[in-house]
Amino acid sequence: MLHIVNKSPSDRNSVDTCLGHVKPGSAVLFIEDAVYAATKGTVAEAKVKAVMPGVAVYVLEPDLNARGMQGRVLDGVKLVDYGGFVDLVTEHSTCQSWL
Amino acid sequence: MTDEMDMEEGGVVKKFMFVNRKAPYGTIYALESLEVVLISAAFEQDVSLAFVDDGVYQLMKNVNTDGIEMKSFSKTYRALEGYDIEKLYVEKESMEARGLTEDDLIVDVQVISQSEMGDLMNEQDVVLSF
Repeated sequence: MLHIVNKSPSDRNSVDTCLGHVKPGSAVLFIEDAVYAATKGTVAEAKVKAVMPGVAVYVLEPDLNARGMQGRVLDGVKLVDYGGFVDLVTEHSTCQSWL
Repeated sequence: MTDEMDMEEGGVVKKFMFVNRKAPYGTIYALESLEVVLISAAFEQDVSLAFVDDGVYQLMKNVNTDGIEMKSFSKTYRALEGYDIEKLYVEKESMEARGLTEDDLIVDVQVISQSEMGDLMNEQDVVLSF
């Protein structure tokens, strides 16, 4: 399953709840204000790192750049563009959006 | 100049604070706040801007919005000085909770503690929240 989150981890609990439900073999994609969850030094850092051994974590690069957060991404998080976003959706049988 | 505008010239100056608590681009709050701040400049009031919680993300350097096809308003924060809006306060605790330092911000600000921010809010005549 592909989990998609678009809310800031320091504004809503969407990232937190998503990471609590995600199972090994699944993927998480942070878009829009959720890109902050993929950066260093936030409240979400420890929780993102905790799921990473079994879960592929992606962040949408255009949204990251728009927020000036490029170069602050956690090690192991992969950057994708809009084409990569579409690929992720097609590669997974189901998607869940955490709004 | 109309009579009404003449009256404004000698009007009362109030302390206005704009409290910004939302990240930019994901929602419209940051841009709307900035618009109202610029309008307020025309009325020659004592304006302060507070950046608290995710609001500190509004001041990030190196913003590049080409990929999301939205206009960047980062540079507008730099232009505020030209409108005599020079009181920009960033809450220290909010910055630290996001792994940010003053060097990451696009404008010169005063970094103050949550307690000091509370004092500042307390002494305002009008507080507008975004």
